[in-house]
Amino acid sequence: MKWLERLFAIAQKEVRQLARDRITVGLIVGIPTIQLLLFGYAINFDVRSVSTVVLDQARTSLSRRLVGDLGATQVPGAIRQADSEAELRRLVQRGEANVGIVIPPDVERRIAEGGRAAVQILVDGSQPALENVAEGLSAMPLLRRAGAVAPAKPVEILVAYNPQRRTAVQIVPALCGVILTMTMVVFTASAIVRERERGNLELLITTPVTRGQLMAGKLLPYVVIGFIQTTLVLLLGWFLFDVPVAGSLVDLYLGALLFIAASLSLGLFISTLAQTQFQAMQMAIVTMLPSILMSGFMFPFEGMPEAAQAIAQVLPLTHFNEIIRGIVLRGARLADMQSELGKLAAFLAVMLALSVARFRKRLD
Amino acid sequence: MTAAITARGLARHFGAVVAVAGIDLDIPRAQIYGFLGPNGSGKSTTIRMLCGLLVPTRGTVTVLGHSVPREAEVVRRKLGYMTQRFSLWDDLTVAENLDFMARVYGLDRGQRRDRSASRIAEYGLAPLVKQRAGTLSGGERQRLALAAATLHGPELLLLDEPTSAVDPQSRRDFWESLFALVAQGTTILVSTHYMDEAERCHRLAILDRGRIAAEGAPRELARDIDATVIEIEAGDLVAARRALAGLGEVRSIAQLGHRLHVLLRRDAPEPERRLAEALAPHCPDARVERVDASLEDVFVAATRLRDGLVLELVA
Repeated sequence: MKWLERLFAIAQKEVRQLARDRITVGLIVGIPTIQLLLFGYAINFDVRSVSTVVLDQARTSLSRRLVGDLGATQVPGAIRQADSEAELRRLVQRGEANVGIVIPPDVERRIAEGGRAAVQILVDGSQPALENVAEGLSAMPLLRRAGAVAPAKPVEILVAYNPQRRTAVQIVPALCGVILTMTMVVFTASAIVRERERGNLELLITTPVTRGQLMAGKLLPYVVIGFIQTTLVLLLGWFLFDVPVAGSLVDLYLGALLFIAASLSLGLFISTLAQTQFQAMQMAIVTMLPSILMSGFMFPFEGMPEAAQAIAQVLPLTHFNEIIRGIVLRGARLADMQSELGKLAAFLAVMLALSVARFRKRLD
Repeated sequence: MTAAITARGLARHFGAVVAVAGIDLDIPRAQIYGFLGPNGSGKSTTIRMLCGLLVPTRGTVTVLGHSVPREAEVVRRKLGYMTQRFSLWDDLTVAENLDFMARVYGLDRGQRRDRSASRIAEYGLAPLVKQRAGTLSGGERQRLALAAATLHGPELLLLDEPTSAVDPQSRRDFWESLFALVAQGTTILVSTHYMDEAERCHRLAILDRGRIAAEGAPRELARDIDATVIEIEAGDLVAARRALAGLGEVRSIAQLGHRLHVLLRRDAPEPERRLAEALAPHCPDARVERVDASLEDVFVAATRLRDGLVLELVA
């Protein structure tokens, strides 16, 4: 009982101090809200309204219908006509158009004969998302229009769980993990290092309080804060972006608990390395960027080089992304994701062991 | 009764820097024992080794019958520690700080209430209980820190320069509180660089560059000082000083108002006559008088004189 009493004493002190730090309280609610609004509305992987220029050298009814079909896909925005290839290239070069489409004079013969490309698409390769647009455009039903060999599409792509391909559907669950990574690691690391900087720790470690009580007592309040943030993101995601939770809430919070614990343990480990809050912040950022970039939040995991994939395997966010996407979007059960859970638990165990080994009740 | 603290050959190095260079300590119970020394003399490092915060490079320490750092956890239950810097929580109130420390020391609810109430009354904290520690004055913080360090009724109090940020009246009151604790049987180890505080200790160790330069009760130290103390009154103290500076037996000269305070080698024969003769040509009005050594003289003799010896050897 006394063991728990000390732990709660530390947790309660932490909560008191937090509650008096109005800016931090603001950040606990503000970070998830702002990030969700920002990313939810701003990040858009759906490509629409791309400025396009067309050079129609054929000027036949077929070529005009092709241009009309392009417009109907909504992928190009206003379609401008160019009079020469030089003008088309200039427009793309200046950035006035991102995609240029050249319909050669003999387009009908090319289609009829097959073998040669009927239409040339010029893409501004400096913008990553546009390549996908070109891919999409090249799959346009030109051949059917030409009335020639009407090939059945060999593969039909069916997008399950997000049929409208809305970005928000992918962003909301993933953002939950990103936000927890950002706040949990920094909060714990700086909470502990702050006490070291201010000399509180020197006093605390000369009392009978144990390492375990000290660490657990400091972390406990942040578990609760993690749950508050998770809840906030999911509620906002549901009401603002219409992304309800398909799976079980119990599963979701259990998964989140494991991820929060893993993130806190990383913050704890950082706090045993850093002497100042500034150092702790730098170290937290070093772990944060790979988490955001490599966990499959920004880029598909499968497209990354093997080395990057190996690093991503170490990051808790990678596995939490799998878990939360599964539960929120596909209605998956936690029991189905034992591999991810295992990896998160392993990360937690290693970080805790390292922290305990490094955290001594001494100054040297 | 055994000593509260014993140490043998205690040393601590930080890389190439030797903070404590092998000291022996025998600190009796229920007394105030002082560490007097300039900054960097090893006071804080020694105190930190005694409470297990730093592991000695060499040597053994026994605190309240327990070997440290091996049994540091046992010792920590019987120990109160006041760090050099105020290290309670600025953003908690006086009452919250006390309650937190009482819980950390494992006091039960009833004890917590009683002890907090009695410390608040003893140290005059009643009007401040709802105030945050960060807004307290130096003297108030120090009373709070002492209240927190004594909540669990420790047998031993380690106070690392407790009065460095405190006004003279608060310092007086603070020392009264320490004597009250000693009367109840508490052993107190206090480090300081104030002579008047050192004077109040039962026993004293003068630390200098990681070594104990002198040890004993303040009176004994003054009696046994390894120097003769002479005071000189003269109209032109600058000339007097110049006249004395060349003498081989003069160890140190300090000005105190209208007088010069001179330390000479103890073995110098007829010191008054020697000085009077040296002064006569330059300051005919000089009056030379032998006086009792003060603790400051002891301190200077024990620390700065060693520089003199070294210089003499080199020359």
